[in-house]
Amino acid sequence: MDEMLVRQLQIHACHVRMGIIEGVYHAKSGHPGGSLSIADLLTYLYFTRMHVYPDNPDFAERDRFVLSKGHTAPALYATLAEKGFFPMEEMKTLRHIGARLQGHPCITIPGVDMSSGSLGQGISAACGMALAGKHRADNYRVYTVLGDGEIEEGQVWEAAMFAAHYGLDNLTAIVDNNGLQIDGKITDVCSPEPIPDKFAAFGWHVIECDAHDFDDLDRAFREAERVTMQPVAIIQHSTKGKGVSFMENQVGWHGTAPNQEQYEKAMAELTEQLRRLEEQA
Amino acid sequence: MSDVIKKATRESYGEALVALAEKYPNLIVLDADLAAATKTGMFKKAYADRFYDCGIAEANMMGVAAGLAAAGMIPFASSFAMFAAGRAFEIVRNSIGYPHLNVKIGATHAGISVGEDGATHQCCEDLALMRTIPGMTVINPADDTEAKAAVEAAILHDGPVYCRFGRLAVPVINDPATYKFELGKGVTLREGKDIAIIATGLLVNEALTAADALAQEGISARVINIHTIKPLDTEIVAKAAAECGRIVTAEEHSIIGGLGSAVAEAVCESCPVPVRRIGVNDTFGHSGPAVELLKQFGLSAEHIAEVVREELGK
Repeated sequence: MDEMLVRQLQIHACHVRMGIIEGVYHAKSGHPGGSLSIADLLTYLYFTRMHVYPDNPDFAERDRFVLSKGHTAPALYATLAEKGFFPMEEMKTLRHIGARLQGHPCITIPGVDMSSGSLGQGISAACGMALAGKHRADNYRVYTVLGDGEIEEGQVWEAAMFAAHYGLDNLTAIVDNNGLQIDGKITDVCSPEPIPDKFAAFGWHVIECDAHDFDDLDRAFREAERVTMQPVAIIQHSTKGKGVSFMENQVGWHGTAPNQEQYEKAMAELTEQLRRLEEQA
Repeated sequence: MSDVIKKATRESYGEALVALAEKYPNLIVLDADLAAATKTGMFKKAYADRFYDCGIAEANMMGVAAGLAAAGMIPFASSFAMFAAGRAFEIVRNSIGYPHLNVKIGATHAGISVGEDGATHQCCEDLALMRTIPGMTVINPADDTEAKAAVEAAILHDGPVYCRFGRLAVPVINDPATYKFELGKGVTLREGKDIAIIATGLLVNEALTAADALAQEGISARVINIHTIKPLDTEIVAKAAAECGRIVTAEEHSIIGGLGSAVAEAVCESCPVPVRRIGVNDTFGHSGPAVELLKQFGLSAEHIAEVVREELGK
């Protein structure tokens, strides 16, 4: 990828991370760890791959996105805000009574294509959207992001079987493989590994990539677009809490909001990252 | 009456889907390996390119239906009531109900008239489950005519609809030439002033038979057919309570959470009168021929008439 474009994406991703921290801090609850681990992915998708239109969010032939790991809604909301669907300032209303930014994605929010949050369900809805596209010979693509803990849900594998059976090559499922779930390491809780082998066995084209390297994400998604007759699973190896030093790889930051001191520390780190990126741009 | 035509409402469901396919090009049908039994097989045969089998995976089927609806299709997701409403409940609630998507659920083999398959397949809880989901419309047609009309009404309604169909052939009591289905409206089939029998599904015909027998004894029983369990026609219920002073409900469903509960709730809030619920009495079913089971569980004209006499002290 062009170096300037990578720099631009890094700046967007930094804004998204700041939006996540703002949202979760002001909500005094939420899920920063898994939101930060998909910040680069969502930035990449919304700023390079997906045909979506902030001025016309319901455009029939837009690409679709379903956040199957719905608890990381702050990442989706901050990305949509960065893309222009609503003001970033609105992140401060996340989870507040009367606000539209619900704790988990809600279809009535501009840019949100499906309500989600009960794990294992989003991938099925994504299959339905992809099937509708195939059925009508529409050209849109459907993306869905699952947690690596989430794939312990049986419904995910019902959906995996379905997508392969109907050859949904317009569907890309990304597994955010950060290795941690609420109760600990995924390999300690009830291991879903080996993840790539499982999707391959279900008939998917499998690609692995580094979740925090835009060049590698670009390679993975370009490969995905060339696949025909098969759905694609991208297993992205990520760091939970990525971008905020004290949150990285800490299971405790799965579903905990920072206090004021931690919030200020996180924002200071991200502000410094942003300053450096802008200097390089 | 020897010339009574009988038909299972699951047959009506399959036939209606086929009949409506041309008129509604966005209609699409899903099943979970039960197409032969739910009768969506008829649709599969006629419109193979608009039928998708999801395999034995009802949870995913409901999610796929949600995605299809979100992308502008009108999916009918079909399975037995036990699996559509029971197994997939949380997916119906979160992926269809919460985003209020335009999914139609065709649930066949409801109630104990499933017969020989026994308790695991005799779903007497589906109306209760579906009724609690905000924004869900719940329809339980009484016969072939009503079932077919209900399928089109479901298509015309923008939002999730649960349609309940049966396995057992039941008498056709509505004339297709004159019948009009109004979503959310109860139908008074017999006027009466001593008591109101409010019935749904295959108990509607039993209620009519009971009312005829009671009339011979000088008891004037009003018979109301409630095909739309939700939203309930509270006006017709309140009117029956006020004018008849006593209500008996009849349904092939648990007495907990279905028509009887809905009527009792409405009556308590508008015009409190005694309500006696006829249904499956908080118990599981068991194997046996459907007609004998219905008799054994008191889901018959004879039992309805008995209960009415008891209520009136006669």
